[in-house]
Amino acid sequence: MSATVATGADTGVTFALEDEDHTLANSLRFLLNKNPHVSFVGYSIPHPSEKVVNLRIQTTGEISAVEALRQACQSLKQVCEHIKATFEEEYQEHLQQAGGTDTSMADREAVGT
Amino acid sequence: MGSDSKTVRTSKKQRADQAASADQPGQLPEHLQNQQQYMTCGDNLNYNVSIGNSAHLFSALGIDNSWSHKKFQRDLRVAMKWVKGNDMEFDIIGIDPAIANALRRILISEIPTVAIEHVYMVQNTSIIACEVLSHRLGLVPVLVDPDLLKDKLVKSGQLVWLPNGSEMPEETNCRFASSQSSLLGAEGARLVHDDILLAKMRPGQEIVLEAHCIRGIGAEHAKWSPVATAWYRLQPEVVILEPIVGSKADSLAQICPGLFTVEGSGPSRRAVAGNARQHEKQLEKVRRMSGEEEWSEHLQLRKRKDHFIFTIESTGILPPHQLFLRSLDQLAAKCDKLLEHL
Repeated sequence: MSATVATGADTGVTFALEDEDHTLANSLRFLLNKNPHVSFVGYSIPHPSEKVVNLRIQTTGEISAVEALRQACQSLKQVCEHIKATFEEEYQEHLQQAGGTDTSMADREAVGT
Repeated sequence: MGSDSKTVRTSKKQRADQAASADQPGQLPEHLQNQQQYMTCGDNLNYNVSIGNSAHLFSALGIDNSWSHKKFQRDLRVAMKWVKGNDMEFDIIGIDPAIANALRRILISEIPTVAIEHVYMVQNTSIIACEVLSHRLGLVPVLVDPDLLKDKLVKSGQLVWLPNGSEMPEETNCRFASSQSSLLGAEGARLVHDDILLAKMRPGQEIVLEAHCIRGIGAEHAKWSPVATAWYRLQPEVVILEPIVGSKADSLAQICPGLFTVEGSGPSRRAVAGNARQHEKQLEKVRRMSGEEEWSEHLQLRKRKDHFIFTIESTGILPPHQLFLRSLDQLAAKCDKLLEHL
């Protein structure tokens, strides 16, 4: 992964995310857009057969573009953790309510994990 | 939120409420809240399809639209709908399409499984061509926990002198350091399904081959995708904008039986909309009716933009709930990888 500073200031940076696609780029774009210190964020995939995403971040000046990206990464991790915890809780509850009738699932769990 | 949002009908009550609720601090006026929360399914066009995500979107109204993990934690809900064998359905409420789509994309193309990669054809006099048969073999789900085939750290101290040297055939040029029976346990490697038809043979024909499996992801080839498919859709809702009373309520209940019921009796009896999710076959009818002269003032079909109905159909290699947990781990791992480089 490499980051290229496109303008002179560190408030406007274009990051080249290697081996990534819409999956990560769009999630980060969503969170960066929600950051009040970010004045612009957008990404593009220059060519579909090249595994690279260009992510452009411009901030209003309070924080650097790198810091904004760092915050977005941390937020996205928190989101994943929270969805995971909520999902697991709900899944266990569902199994208890169903009385563990789905045996194929129980079998696989014993083998898998 | 483009200018098309203006063409969406609102009820008289909603219009009256707009002025009142606009005064409350920290909360969007109802019509804006509706535009943010719901996509309206019009007769031949959907309205308010996008979600306004910018942190400054409502700053003119004094409302902060920036990301808040606390708010997210407070609002997120997951509801399990059903688990049947390899398939499951559950709702996630309170996430953005960006996150839901990232998880769906990871499910399809970035969770590793084991699939047949090399086929060494010793003999094939059947009608099916070697390359076609090999391709078909590649698509057969293989029941091996992909975690068992992860790369492992090998240190110099672990090197052992093998006095007997290689015992594998020269043709494949493939040599195992040890038997895989200890790696894969008592059950060993087997196929998820034993009855997938691969080839048909005439008497006297023969197929002799050796197939080698490796770990991979769906992004490289669909055979490694752990799901038959994984998708989501938005929660539908049927709304009655203006009360439907009397004989009109009766005819509505007759057109969409079950979805609409008549409450009360006499001339003031009114139509009530039921749970749209339980009458999905009738929703297209409601969408069409919402564009018709007779019903356009009364009926609306809309979809909740942050309520995702997620369905995962596993190929049987890993149970669906584990796949979803793995997709979350994968997305977090992507963040970690990026953070390392910042």
